[in-house]
Amino acid sequence: MSAEGFSAWGRLGWPPAAEILRLPSRSAPLPATAGTLLPYGNGRSYGDVCLNPGGALLAMRGLDRFIAFDADTGVLVCEAGALLADILDVCVPRGWFLPVTPGTRHVTVGGAIANDVHGKNHHAAGSFGAHLRAFELLRSDGSRRRCAPDENPAWFAATVGGLGLTGVVTWAELQLRRIAGNAVAVRNTRFTGLDAFFALNAEAERQHEYAVAWIDCLAKTPRGVLIAGDHAATDLPAPRGERNLPLTPPFSLINETSLRAFNAVYYGKPWPARETVHHRPYFYPLDAVGRWNRLYGPRGFYQYQSAVPPAAAAAATAEMLAAIAESGQGSFLAVLKNFGERPSPGLLSFPMAGTTLALDFPNRGAATLSLFERLDAIVLAAGGRLYPAKDARMPAATFRAGYPRLAEFSSFVDPKLSSGFWRRVMEQN
Amino acid sequence: MQKILIVGATSAIAEAAARRWAARGAALFLVGRRAAALDAMAADLRVRGAANVGTRVMDATDLGAHAAALQEAVAALGGLDVALIAHGTLPDQKACEASVELTLREIDSNGLSVIALATRLANLLEAQGHGTLAVIGSVAGDRGRQSNYVYGAAKGMVARFLEGLRNRLAKQGVRVLTIKPGFVDTPMTAALPKGALWAQPADVARGIVAAVDRNKDVVYLPGFWRAIMLVVRHIPESVFKRLSL
Ligand SMILES: Cc1cc2nc3c(=O)[nH]c(=O)nc-3n(C[C@H](O)[C@H](O)[C@H](O)COP(=O)(O)OP(=O)(O)OC[C@H]3O[C@@H](n4cnc5c(N)ncnc54)[C@H](O)[C@@H]3O)c2cc1C
Ligand SMILES: NC(=O)c1ccc[n+]([C@@H]2O[C@H](COP(=O)([O-])OP(=O)(O)OC[C@H]3O[C@@H](n4cnc5c(N)ncnc54)[C@H](OP(=O)(O)O)[C@@H]3O)[C@@H](O)[C@H]2O)c1
Repeated sequence: MSAEGFSAWGRLGWPPAAEILRLPSRSAPLPATAGTLLPYGNGRSYGDVCLNPGGALLAMRGLDRFIAFDADTGVLVCEAGALLADILDVCVPRGWFLPVTPGTRHVTVGGAIANDVHGKNHHAAGSFGAHLRAFELLRSDGSRRRCAPDENPAWFAATVGGLGLTGVVTWAELQLRRIAGNAVAVRNTRFTGLDAFFALNAEAERQHEYAVAWIDCLAKTPRGVLIAGDHAATDLPAPRGERNLPLTPPFSLINETSLRAFNAVYYGKPWPARETVHHRPYFYPLDAVGRWNRLYGPRGFYQYQSAVPPAAAAAATAEMLAAIAESGQGSFLAVLKNFGERPSPGLLSFPMAGTTLALDFPNRGAATLSLFERLDAIVLAAGGRLYPAKDARMPAATFRAGYPRLAEFSSFVDPKLSSGFWRRVMEQN
Repeated sequence: MQKILIVGATSAIAEAAARRWAARGAALFLVGRRAAALDAMAADLRVRGAANVGTRVMDATDLGAHAAALQEAVAALGGLDVALIAHGTLPDQKACEASVELTLREIDSNGLSVIALATRLANLLEAQGHGTLAVIGSVAGDRGRQSNYVYGAAKGMVARFLEGLRNRLAKQGVRVLTIKPGFVDTPMTAALPKGALWAQPADVARGIVAAVDRNKDVVYLPGFWRAIMLVVRHIPESVFKRLSL
């Protein structure tokens, strides 16, 4: 199989994998390979956490069978290559929803576990791993373990958020969440200034299951829209299917002018105070245009996502936004959200109580990287961390500082598994 | 609720079709060689909405097992609306040239076993006076090429046989559908390099389900293969024999 198509979302031009391997079934042993191996889900991670340049990738998408679903209890068992989209297609009509979902439906269950993904309900529900009842972990020594919070708990904690390094997850058992309809009742509130965001957001988190803010990071005073929501007992017709961006433009369509224009228009567009919409445009607005990452042209783009603890959140966020505005670089989708107190189950899980900020940046080489260094300094001084799922450049020291349980985690790493990310942050190159 | 039998059910193309039928609430009966794969597939189809799913292990080249398997399928489904014959093998053409035994085995798995099943199924559908027999052939059956003519001969034989069946059964209310996929990215073709003409099993499956719904006779999948094969079929043999195809 050719390595073409096995890329990461940021399209930063990493060298390809030497080999693409598959598992013919969930009971099959791991295929042999001379070098290292890394499970690959659907490549929706932005950077090299899902890549193994020069080594082998184990393509997991083929393992996408459902194993069992109990429509009374909402317990779903499926293979790790199933997409969240597949689960929604089957479960939403029967009154169940994902307990936690990231901003795209096109991620696999295995990928959602390995990055312990979070959604707009983190303040209420915690991360994906908090709803995981069990999974099977297949290691390169041929061992298979059923892992659950109370069964092989150390392996469970290492593998949730384990970046695909502790073994291959073959199947998983999830607890879904009841819904009474496929729609979401949304409340939109414009705000100006970070103080306004924190005040509005605190209120929204008390009242709503979902809350996230879009911010215009290029405005002098940060401004944005807080988008809160709750599942509604309403069924709406599904929106039109997804369209793909058919090709990569020869240069990035995202530049300072287009960003300012986009942000101004987006902020200024009508934001009805209340509306009820199908869950798809609410949770997955970016999925309406498949392969939108091509907008950034052949050089690709970075995402920078940080989390900082509550005490430092307001000051650090303000400082980061000021640094970004000053650099003139920035993104058309900057997202600001508070994480709640519910602990993430993984040793390396990203979510921590506090505030998370996520921004896309077109790859402008050194200018972009030096902005990131400034931002790193702010995040580390605040006692925060960066999200490996979005990262393509964090230095080893930044990773170590953000993840105090790294040493504990390292003892669970499968000797046969590695990734570009892991070699980078462990300085193994 | 449609009652659907699939032989060679663990084929990637057939499984993708089965998922579409399951999502509509069809009852399915799966026949294939590997028990564990059939069980895993059946569990998946139940979650996807299949009314019920039965399975039976059978090697399609075991002609003596056909009658009982079909009987069990009809009993389990409580009737039969659609039968899809999907099994097939992609021969190593060079190895076939060196081995009569291998050539005949490939003709058997891609041709004779299919004709045996189609014969029994045609009689069954004719007796009940309704239903669809759908068979996965191949564009390779449209013309013999040096790189793949054992496979092409078997698929071509099946296509001609189905033509006759269609003609025989048209007035009895029984539909016969010949499905001719082009290149599809499945385990059968895992070793081949992939290019722009390659389709995914899910795309071909969508075409199969639609063709059954619309009572088509012959479909090329994806549809652009109809044009390609029109050209290929019309190249004069005096020219064709010199091409390296
Ligand atoms: C538009 C967009 C929006 C996003 N929004 C969010 C968001 O809101 N919140 C959030 O948390 N993330 C978000 N993400 C990131 C995304 O959810 C994660 O990167 C996710 O892990 C991607 O899953 P994947 O199936 O594509 O896996 P990949 O990206 O292919 O792999 C991710 C990791 O999972 C490992 N892995 C994959 N399968 C297995 C397996 N079977 N066993 C063990 N390890 C495995 C890989 O080795 C790798 O380390 C977003 C991404 C995009 C593109
Ligand atoms: N892929 C292509 O490019 C392509 C193009 C044109 C036509 N086709 C046709 O499409 C059909 C489906 O193939 P596919 O592409 O989906 O490949 P596939 O996934 O490899 O499926 C082939 C299936 O046939 C089964 N099979 C083979 N011999 C059998 C036997 N003697 N008894 C029972 N089952 C048998 C195999 O069973 P096991 O699982 O037990 O091995 C397998 O499930 C075949 O008829 C093939 O000729 C394929």
